[in-house]
Amino acid sequence: MKIIITTVAVFALLLTTSIIMGGNRFNHKEENEHEEHEYKSYSSRNLDVAAVNNANYTEECGSCHFAYQPGLLPEKSWLKIMGDLENHFDENAELEVDLQNELTQYLVQNSADKSNYKRSKRIMRSLGRSDAPLRITKTLYFVRKHDEIPYRIVKNTKEIGSFSNCTACHTNAEKGSFNEHDVKIPGYGRWED
Amino acid sequence: MKVSIITLFALLSINNIQANPIDEMFDAYQQAGVASIDPQQGKALWNKPFITEKSKGKQRSCASCHGLDVTQSGEHLRTGKVIEAMAKSVNDKRFTDSKKIKKWFKRNCKWTLGRECSAQEQADILKFLITQ
Repeated sequence: MKIIITTVAVFALLLTTSIIMGGNRFNHKEENEHEEHEYKSYSSRNLDVAAVNNANYTEECGSCHFAYQPGLLPEKSWLKIMGDLENHFDENAELEVDLQNELTQYLVQNSADKSNYKRSKRIMRSLGRSDAPLRITKTLYFVRKHDEIPYRIVKNTKEIGSFSNCTACHTNAEKGSFNEHDVKIPGYGRWED
Repeated sequence: MKVSIITLFALLSINNIQANPIDEMFDAYQQAGVASIDPQQGKALWNKPFITEKSKGKQRSCASCHGLDVTQSGEHLRTGKVIEAMAKSVNDKRFTDSKKIKKWFKRNCKWTLGRECSAQEQADILKFLITQ
């Protein structure tokens, strides 16, 4: 008898929890559709992209450019990029084989198509099934999110120079946060839609 | 006997880890057949312009990104990224890791000259940079 009561209690608890969680998920979805509410749910871990957590990746890739989070491109893109480091956007970025394999594995395991983070999912949604862009800036999601920023501002502001220079405006990019409220454009200040 | 051989190997390997990376590089160049090293040759190569298959008709030299005066910081030819000074005298973070020295010689020689640098060329350039 005691066992039955306990079982019923556990089931009831589970049911309640799942209803609450389900409700939460629904709320998040709502907020995701309306960017202006984004910052309210910012505390949640599953927003934006996963921060980089591989020291070799930070060292090897981040010594030349922003260490773009693996969750910003799909596996197919990373494989293409890591397969031709000798011609890496007109630079030679060759690595020793062991290191190249390690970093490729890290990128693939954490690529956008395997991530549950918000931006990763949205980037994936904006791509066709066989798309494997070499540049994050070429993904439809990126283009859409930046279409109000005139190219001349980017090009003519020395501290920015290029749309690839995330940290110039996204003050918390390194933490994996690309939240609009963290944006500060050099020479223009805060940016709000 | 066996123990002493093992001890000797252990000592040798410890010694290897602690070796100065610059000495390590020069030892390797010597083993590759480099008999004399000339920093003036290194300086000449540093400033020499090359046109490669991939440079789209444009000249590239070490100095195009690192600058002629290696005690000053440079700026990447294309991306504009600031590159800290190469001269050992003003930047003691340089040449502290032989792996890094090899990596950058490989990448940058291929990018600038369109081929890897020979042991002689590397030795001359390294000598030039550590005596500036």
